[in-house]
Amino acid sequence: MSAVIDRRGFMAASLVGAGALAFEARIALAQDPGAVPLNAFIRIGADNKVTIGSKNPEIGQGIRTMLPMLIAEELDLSWDQVVIEPTLANDKIYGVQSAGGSNSTPNNWLPMRQVGAAARAMILSAAAKEWGVDASSLTTAVGKVSHAASGRSAPYAAFARGAATETAPDLAKVALKDPSRFTIIGQSKIGVDTVAITRGKPLFGIDVDMPGLIHGAIIKAPAHGATIASHDAGAALKRKGVIAVVPVNSNSVAPGKFDTLVVVADSWWTAKNAREAVKVTWNDAAQQGFSTQAYDKGAAEALAAGPQIAHAKNGDVAKALAGAAKTITADYSYPFLAHGTLEPQNCTGRWVDGKLEIWAPSQAPNNGRSDTAAMLGIKGEDITIHQTRIGGGFGRRLINDYMVMAGQVAKALPGRPVKILFDRTDDLRHDYYRPAGWHRFTAGLDAKGDLVAFRDHFVSFGKDGKPIRAAEMSPFEFPVNVLADSEIGITYLPTNLATGWLRAPTSNAVSFVYQSFMDEIAQAAGIDLPELMRRTLGAPRDLAVVPGRPVLHSGRARAVIDGVCKMAGWQGGKLAPGPKGEKRGRGFGFYFSHRGYFAEVVDITITDGANVRVDKVWACGDIGSQIINPINARHQVQGAVNEGLGQGMVEQKIEQVKGVVQAESFGDFPLIRIEQVPREIAVQFLKTDYPPTGLGEPSLPPVIPALANAIFAATGQRLRQLPLKLA
Amino acid sequence: MSQGKFALTINRKPVSVTADADKPLLWVLREELKMPGTKFGCGQGLCGACTVLLDGQAVRSCQTPVSAAAGHKVTTIEGASAVPQGAKLVEMWREIDVPQCGYCQAGQILSATALLLANPKPSDEEIDAGMNGNLCRCATYLRIRRAIRKAAGMADVTGDAA
Repeated sequence: MSAVIDRRGFMAASLVGAGALAFEARIALAQDPGAVPLNAFIRIGADNKVTIGSKNPEIGQGIRTMLPMLIAEELDLSWDQVVIEPTLANDKIYGVQSAGGSNSTPNNWLPMRQVGAAARAMILSAAAKEWGVDASSLTTAVGKVSHAASGRSAPYAAFARGAATETAPDLAKVALKDPSRFTIIGQSKIGVDTVAITRGKPLFGIDVDMPGLIHGAIIKAPAHGATIASHDAGAALKRKGVIAVVPVNSNSVAPGKFDTLVVVADSWWTAKNAREAVKVTWNDAAQQGFSTQAYDKGAAEALAAGPQIAHAKNGDVAKALAGAAKTITADYSYPFLAHGTLEPQNCTGRWVDGKLEIWAPSQAPNNGRSDTAAMLGIKGEDITIHQTRIGGGFGRRLINDYMVMAGQVAKALPGRPVKILFDRTDDLRHDYYRPAGWHRFTAGLDAKGDLVAFRDHFVSFGKDGKPIRAAEMSPFEFPVNVLADSEIGITYLPTNLATGWLRAPTSNAVSFVYQSFMDEIAQAAGIDLPELMRRTLGAPRDLAVVPGRPVLHSGRARAVIDGVCKMAGWQGGKLAPGPKGEKRGRGFGFYFSHRGYFAEVVDITITDGANVRVDKVWACGDIGSQIINPINARHQVQGAVNEGLGQGMVEQKIEQVKGVVQAESFGDFPLIRIEQVPREIAVQFLKTDYPPTGLGEPSLPPVIPALANAIFAATGQRLRQLPLKLA
Repeated sequence: MSQGKFALTINRKPVSVTADADKPLLWVLREELKMPGTKFGCGQGLCGACTVLLDGQAVRSCQTPVSAAAGHKVTTIEGASAVPQGAKLVEMWREIDVPQCGYCQAGQILSATALLLANPKPSDEEIDAGMNGNLCRCATYLRIRRAIRKAAGMADVTGDAA
C-alpha cells in the first residue's frame, strides 16, 4: 500500500478522466437499459433514480455510503432518489481505491464533491439549451431543474441524454457549495447495505457464487517463510469430489517457490476435509529458532546493551538527566496481534483466455492487481477486479495474499471459477501481524516539575537496520518533538513472521506506552496527565513541521483534552468506591494519529477483587470542519473504543513456538465480547476550521492508555505490558 | 462418510437434501441450498456468526450435523422476519443502523430472536448473557443492546448520552 495518498495524483487521474470520463463510464456503468451515464460515477435512470458508483472498499467504516453523499450533495439530489453500487477496482478511472490510513475522507472530500458539481453543471447546460434560456437563470434541488422566470421545472432524467454529450467541466475549477447550503452532508444516513445485511443477502466475498463454482481450502507452511519440500496428493485426489491439489506461492516466499497447497473440490467442506489426506514436508529449518521466548530474551539483551540505531537525537539527554531533580524509568511491552476479521480471508478467480476475473474482499484491490499480475506474468489490465463488501478489514486486507493465490489456482484450472477460503486456524496462523515491541523509557523532571529530558529505547523487528512492515517508529513522537533534550534509539530483532498494519498502525501500541509513561511522569510531578499534557504541549502552534507528514497542532490537542475533561467532569483519577466497596478509578489518554485528535477518559470498577469492568468512556475528537455522516461517525468511535479496550483487557496475543504461530481459534485469540464493553460511550466532536479528515483509526489509540491509567488510579498497580493483567 | 437424504423444514418450507450425514448444517445451507445469509466465522462454535434457530433455540450451525437437524424446524436470517420477535429485531436493527461491516449480524439477530422468544423482557444482564456467544469484531455491542431493548418494547437507552 502506498502509505501516503497523493491528492494531486488523484486529481490528475480525475482530470485525465474529465475528457475520458463520459467514455469510460459507458464501459463501467452502463448496464440498465434506458439509463444514461454522465461520467464514471453517475448514471441517471429514466425514473430519475440516480445511481452513484462508490469507489472505495467497504470494511464497515461506512465509506460506501459516505462517498456518494459527497457526490449527491453537489449534484443537488434528494437522498431517496440515490441508488449506490460499488465500482470495479480500476485506479486508472477512479484514482486511489483503498481503505487504509483513514485517508478516504481527506483524499475524497473535494474530488467527490467536484464530480457531483461537474455533473450538475452538465445537466444545467443541457437544460439551458433545451429551454433556450441562460444556464445562470436555472436552479436545481432534489433532482430537478427549475426556471423561476417561466415557472418551468423538470427532473434531471429529462436532460440526461443531452447532459451526457456536454463536455465535462474542469473538475478543479467547478464551483462547490457553501457548507451552509448542505442538505445531505452532515445529515445521518444509514448504511447503504444495512437492509440487505438484515435480509441475509449475498454481499461479502465469501458469498460470491456462480454456475460451476469450485472451492479451495489451503494447506500453508505452518512456519512463516517455509516452503514445500515435497508433497503427495494421491490419496486426496482419490476422494469423491476432489478436483486438484495446486501448489501456489502466497507471495511470501521467493519467486519459483511454493509455500501453500490449495486442495480444490466441488464443495469447500470436501476440500477442507481432504487436506488430511495430503502428505507434505516442509523446508523449515531456517524458521525453527523463532519463538516468543527467543524474542523476549532478545529484547531483554537489546535493552541491556543499548540501542543499535540513533533514531532521533535532540540536545544532550545524558547531561539533562544528570541535572534533573527527579528521574523516572520504566519498561513497557506489547505482543504481536492478529486481526481476526470475522469473515475469513477468501477470494474468487476465473481464468479465461489469458485473462483473469477476480471477486475480492480487499482493502487495496489495485495493489492486489499488481501483485497478482506479477505472480502470473500477465499485464495488470488483463485482470478485472470486482469489489465485494468486506466482513471486517482492520488492515488485514491491505495485503492481497488471497488474491495472488486465487489467481494461481484459477490459472491452473482454466475456465472454472474457483473460490479459496481460509478456515479460522489458517486465518489466525497466516495473518500479517501487528509487530510486538518493547520500550525502555527514562525521563527527567526539573525542580519545578517540568519535563526536561526524555529517552526511549525502542526494540521491535527489522532487517538490515530497517523496520519491517508496521514496526516503524516516528522520530517526531510527542514529547520527543517538543523537548530540547530528547532521543529515541532503536534495536531491531529478526523474525520470520509476516507483519502488517492493524487499525491505527504503530499508534495503537505507541499510544499505550507513551501515554502510560506520561501518566507515570505526571504522578512523579504531582499533577495529573491532562495538566502535564497542557504544560508540555505549550502554546497553540504546529509542532515540528515535517514535510509530507501530518503535523500535530498543540492548540487542537489542548482543545480536545479540555473538551473530554469537561465532558467527564475530570478532577483527577480518584473515584469513590462502588456500592460494595469496590475499588474504582478513572484514566485519561490523548493521541494524535491519522490527522485526527482524540482525548478519552475511562471509568472502571474492580470487581471480585481482580476483574476490570469498564463502566463508561468519554471521547472528544477533532477531525475538522465537518462530520459528514454523524450517525456513522459516532459508531466508528464507539467501535474503535471497544476494540482498543479489547486489546487492553482481553487475553489478546499471538505467540510462536519453533517458528509457528500457536493460536488456533477464538479461544486462543479472544475478541472482546458484549459482556466486557461499557454501558455508555459518550462521543463529542469539536468543529474546527481544518478540512475534514478520517475517522476509521484515530479514536482507537488513546483508550488503551486511558484504561491502563484508570487501573493504576483504582489499584496503584502500574501495568506496563499488554494485554493488561492485574497481579 | 455415509451419504443420506435428509428432510428439514427451513423457514417453514419443507426441504430435502442429499449430503454426508456429518456435513454441518452451515455448509448444507450455504452450499447445497444456496442460502448464504448464515455465515462461516470460525467453524469451532466460538463466534456465533453461523447461529440459526432449531425449533426456536439458537444453535451454532457449524456444530450441527445435517443429520441432527433433520426433522426439526430451522430458521435462518432469510426467514427471521417470519418470527414476530425476529421481525421487530430486524426493524430496530435497521432503524438504529446496528451493522458496521455486517458480517456477524445475521447470527446476532438470530441469537436475539431466541433470547426474546425465551425472555420477552430481558434485563441488561440477561441481554449480555444471552448475546455473549456472538462476537462482533467491529464491536457494535452498544447498538445490539439498544436494538434488543427497543424490540422488546423497553425504554430506549442509547448508550451514547454524555
